[in-house]
Amino acid sequence: MRIELLLNGEKHLVEVQPPELLLDVLRETFGLTGAKPGCRNGDCGTCTVTVNGWPMKSCLMLAAEASGQAVVTVEGLGDADIQQAFVDKFAFQCGYCTPGFIMNIHALSSKHPQADEATIRDWLQSNICRCTGYEEIRQAVVSVLEGKVKGM
Amino acid sequence: MYWSGGTEIITLGRVNLVYTEAVIDLKHIPECRALAVNDQSLIVGSALTLSELYDSRVFPLLGETGSGVADRTSRNKITLGGNICSQFIYKEAVLPLLLTDSDLVIAGPSGARRIPIGQIFNGTLRLGSGEFLVQSVTDSQYLTMPHFSIKKRKVAAIDYPVVTTAAIRTNSGIRLAFSGLCAFPFRSAALERLLNESKLPVAERVGLAASQLPAPILSDMKASAAYREIVWKNVLIDILTTLGE
Repeated sequence: MRIELLLNGEKHLVEVQPPELLLDVLRETFGLTGAKPGCRNGDCGTCTVTVNGWPMKSCLMLAAEASGQAVVTVEGLGDADIQQAFVDKFAFQCGYCTPGFIMNIHALSSKHPQADEATIRDWLQSNICRCTGYEEIRQAVVSVLEGKVKGM
Repeated sequence: MYWSGGTEIITLGRVNLVYTEAVIDLKHIPECRALAVNDQSLIVGSALTLSELYDSRVFPLLGETGSGVADRTSRNKITLGGNICSQFIYKEAVLPLLLTDSDLVIAGPSGARRIPIGQIFNGTLRLGSGEFLVQSVTDSQYLTMPHFSIKKRKVAAIDYPVVTTAAIRTNSGIRLAFSGLCAFPFRSAALERLLNESKLPVAERVGLAASQLPAPILSDMKASAAYREIVWKNVLIDILTTLGE
């Protein structure tokens, strides 16, 4: 089946199989490997992208469902504050979870620029960091929400 | 097979516990995406996500109870209808609908029908062949009543429940519904009568509560039946104290 994806701001017509996951189409058809396969079960969040501005686990979404939707991967973020904040706060170790966290937090800062601690925790619980760098990640989130990120 | 959020079909399909040759996506049926107040009733489309329900704040008890399911990003995909029709036993989003005697709109090959939830949900939603859940319809008077919703897990912040409890205080007493306690979600009239027996001390009511359960308390790797019962009784005390005393 042919779907139309608005992917990282560019319109694409692409042939997909009906059961293909968005994650696999992003990685294999478009070569956008920022969305990582982790659990492939909706548990770890490392495949998170945004769909119409909301974080979405691309392993829990068929590519067909994304037809006509605006999908952004970490490659499409450009110079988002949260990327610099991760550098400033040393918010990664092995880095495998980083794109998923960044996409989730980017959406959080967009949808809830005044997010309180409970909202931050609620959203961040969607992603797992096996290096357990959660405190540094939380600091990166707070620095973005408080507008304290240094210029890139 | 009908598809709403699709998260369960994808995850169970991955381990060959679900197989389908085709799916019908319900998300593009406008009625399944409705969120409106008509004639003193709140209409909630079955394809609304649990995050949308939480963020809308129109039915706080439903939003809060649904917010205990999975994690925030997953709830951006998991829908009300998908949760209620889940193969898993918990179906926590049904609890507020049971407490508020909501109606459900069901559609199928013979058309649409509206039916009180008590007549079609008995542990699971008893859909006929080819039927699907379109909407819930809830009397608006319930939306602002004092309520309580809590999910007790074994350890982690994201997990299936040891017991999830939702409750509201109406003019005629406290209503309570449970998930994870037995092998299906339920609301029990006999249990509510006992727990609203104000002549008895709270501790005595709670002490007798297990005798009014509709099925044995679940015992599994999350919690033994004995531990579940202790957790549940502590929750009951919290609810009766918060809403009733």
